[in-house]
Formats: sequence, C-alpha cells, structure tokens
Amino acid sequence: MSAPVVVTGLGVTAPNGLGTRDFWSATREGRGAIGRITRFDPGQYPARLAGEVPGFEAKQHLPSRLLPQTDRMTRLALVAADWALGDARVDPRELPEFDMGVVTASASGGFEFGQGELENLWSRGSQYVSAYQSFAWFYAVNSGQISIRNGMKGPSGVVVSDQAGGLDAVAQARRLIRKGTPLIISGAVDASICPWGWVAQLAGGRLSTVDDPARAYLPFDAGAAGYVPGEGGALLVLESAERARARGARVYGEVAGYGATIDPRPGSGREPGLRKAIELALADAGCAPGDVDVVFADAAADPELDRIEAAAIGDVFGRRGVPVTAPKSMTGRLYSGAAPLDLAAALLAMAEGVIPPTINIEPAPGYGLDLVVGAARETELRTALVLARGYGGFNSAVLLRR
Amino acid sequence: MTIATFALEDLKRILLEGAGADEGVDLDADILDTRLDDLGYESLALLETGSRIEREYGISLDESALIEAPTPRVLIDLVNAQLAAGV
Repeated sequence: MSAPVVVTGLGVTAPNGLGTRDFWSATREGRGAIGRITRFDPGQYPARLAGEVPGFEAKQHLPSRLLPQTDRMTRLALVAADWALGDARVDPRELPEFDMGVVTASASGGFEFGQGELENLWSRGSQYVSAYQSFAWFYAVNSGQISIRNGMKGPSGVVVSDQAGGLDAVAQARRLIRKGTPLIISGAVDASICPWGWVAQLAGGRLSTVDDPARAYLPFDAGAAGYVPGEGGALLVLESAERARARGARVYGEVAGYGATIDPRPGSGREPGLRKAIELALADAGCAPGDVDVVFADAAADPELDRIEAAAIGDVFGRRGVPVTAPKSMTGRLYSGAAPLDLAAALLAMAEGVIPPTINIEPAPGYGLDLVVGAARETELRTALVLARGYGGFNSAVLLRR
Repeated sequence: MTIATFALEDLKRILLEGAGADEGVDLDADILDTRLDDLGYESLALLETGSRIEREYGISLDESALIEAPTPRVLIDLVNAQLAAGV
C-alpha cells in the first residue's frame, strides 16, 4: 500500500507567530523571537534565553471546562488543532467518529502542570494534588484531549523520540491513513518553559548559555555553542489524496517519503544514521537526490552534531549541492514541535517559491553547505526535505512534494 | 457554634474552581436535579470536586458514593450528612 497522503490543513503556534499567517510572514522575513525568558525568572540558571509563544490567552480560545485540566502545551495544541481543522475546512461533527484519529509526538509532557502539583504535594499535602494530574502531565495528553474535544475515535497514539518524534508521528499518521482511516491530525506541540522543565533541559548539557539573542543559537556557524529551546509547534490535517480530491480540499503537499534510523552505539566507530535516514526517505518517495529542491536542517548548533549533519547532506547531495535552511534559528529548538513547524514552513515555502532564511549565522565554510542566510531566496520548489534528530540517536527525514 | 452547611452556591463555586463549566451549560439555571454527567462533569471532575470539598470543610467523603452521586441535590445531601456527623 502506498496511496498518496496529503496535508490539507495547518495549525501553528510558534514563538515568531501565533497562527499560520503571522508565523509565515515572520519566517519569510527572518524575524526572530528568541529572548530572555519571561515565564519565570531565569536569573539563577546558566541558560536564560528561550523562544516563547507570545500573547497566548487560553481562555480566549478554550472553554473553562478545559483550563483546570490542561498544561500550557495542551492548550496550545488544542488551539492549533482547531485552527488546522478550520484551515482544512473539516467539521469533525460531520464525520463518523471512527474515521478520524490523532497521532502527536511529545518530548516531555506537561511539565508546568506537574510542577504545580508537585509543589502542592510537598508544601500542602496529597489532598491538594489535582485529580487531573493523573493525565495532564502525560506524553499522550495532547492526542487524548484533541481526540475528546473533536470526537475523534479512530486509531490514535503518541510517539516519543525527542525532536525526531515530530516526523515519526506524521509517518505513523500516514501509515494509519494507508490502512484505511480517512483523516488524522498529526504533528506536535511541546512546551516546558518552567523551572522544572528548564533544569531537565539543562541536564541534557546542550543548551546555549549565551545571553545575546542574536548570538546564542548559531547552527553551522564557527561560533556554535549549543541551542536555545523554544515552545510551540504545528499540527497538520492529513488525508488520503483520493479523499482530499473527492471533497475538493486545498492540498498543501504530499508526505511523499519517510526514513528513520537509530545511531550506532557511541564509540562503535560506525557511521551516524542521518545519511541513511535521508536515503530511505528519498527511496520511499522514488526521488533522486537531484530532485530535492531544499533541505530544512535539524540544526543542533553543537559542533560535532553540525558536522555530522553537514556531512550527511554533503554525502547525499554533494558539496553545496542543495539549498539548506534552518528557520528554527528564529524560534529555537521546539523539541517534538520543531519538525512539524518545519513541515508547515516547507509547505508554505513550496506554495510561494521562496526559501525562508537562517538568521544570525555566518556559515562556517568547512561544512560545504549552501545555507540560505540573511534573506529569503526565491526559487521554484517542488520538493522539500525536512530533517530531525532526537536526543539518544533518533534520526528522521520526511520528503514533501508539492 | 452553628454547624456549617453546604449549599448549591457552594457546590457551583467549587465546581467552577476545580473543573470549570462546559460551553452551553448554565449553572445558574435550576440544576439541583439535573444529572451531573449531563452538566459535563465526569468521574474525574467529581473526584476533583470532592477533594476540594474535603479540604475546605475538613470532612471525608466516600469516594464511590461521590462519583455515583447522580445530581447536585444528592451530592449536597451527602456533604451535609458528613458535616452533621462531624466527619
């Protein structure tokens, strides 16, 4: 079974734009959103910058019934799902409930909610822990709440593979559609910019400790010294091409290819898995390297990880063989939310024939990448490759075709 | 000293604080005999509500009786019985 699966709706909550239109205008113009954390005082921590979603008032978008039981990431996800369905012109109340499913990815769950309940537990006692803590923190909570809110009872789930999860979820959605579920909401929204979430991220050891927002997150730059985290992401409405055509839906593009690998054991001396993931995605789509018009990079901003990514791209496409961009230089790395946001950007980029820029960086020449820096580049785009790597060795690649 | 009593207004306040209200549900209507699940409060919402009542009034409620309380009237009677018994 390899029936085409297409994207018919987008819902975006990003640090540089709440809603697809704001996000895309900021992204193509290269407007960054990294700044000093405002959601708590970061003064006592070694890393103090993040990409925060601005101006999100959950009660303007969601009924009060949902607020006591949801973390910020779930509120953002519920609104992104509403927007994606609206964008696809799908009213879930009009469809059979088992014809719709939800597959999201999550990297951390609802840390801020969990932090509040832990504080209640040790400061006031177990009687003060919310009954909703039973699920509000949980990895699968975004899938569950989107499913309940929209009456979607078809096959659903959650994928946990750090930043690669955002692509792995879309791939799982594609499998489920090919097995017969007509419509799946997929993608991811992550958010854990709270003290508990922050120390967990610090423990990973890859956060930038630079205080200048324009110098903190510099993928593929000689000054790369870690990444800045962000919150938000994107949700996508996926359908079979046949069904989308039958209902006259607007189609952003096809999820044409997918590949995923795991890195070999550290110290084994074997090659990292990213190149293989790219090759698998191309083969799955029936594409040659020369057919790929742009690569959206994972952009770890760690010298060794940048080197591995540049080498994988160079091995497949040749030195300076394909335009490469990392719009996440504007938002920070959004964990599971990052790759779906890149998918949204890539689909919009193909529609307009414009590659959004990587901002703030001066490409290190040794990497041999044709990085789109400074300003957007106008060019015909028929395909886009999105890469994502997760902590622990996950590599995933998705090829989109217009 | 008068024994505290638990009234519909108290229940509504605690429901709103702990679980909010569904769109299209008017808690100010005559809801005393409306089923709690018809008002949008499933078992977890009732657990949260019961836990808040217990904290505020210093009583202990039977969890299964709480979750099975079909209407605000039954739930209010349950709480008042515990208050009168001083447990």
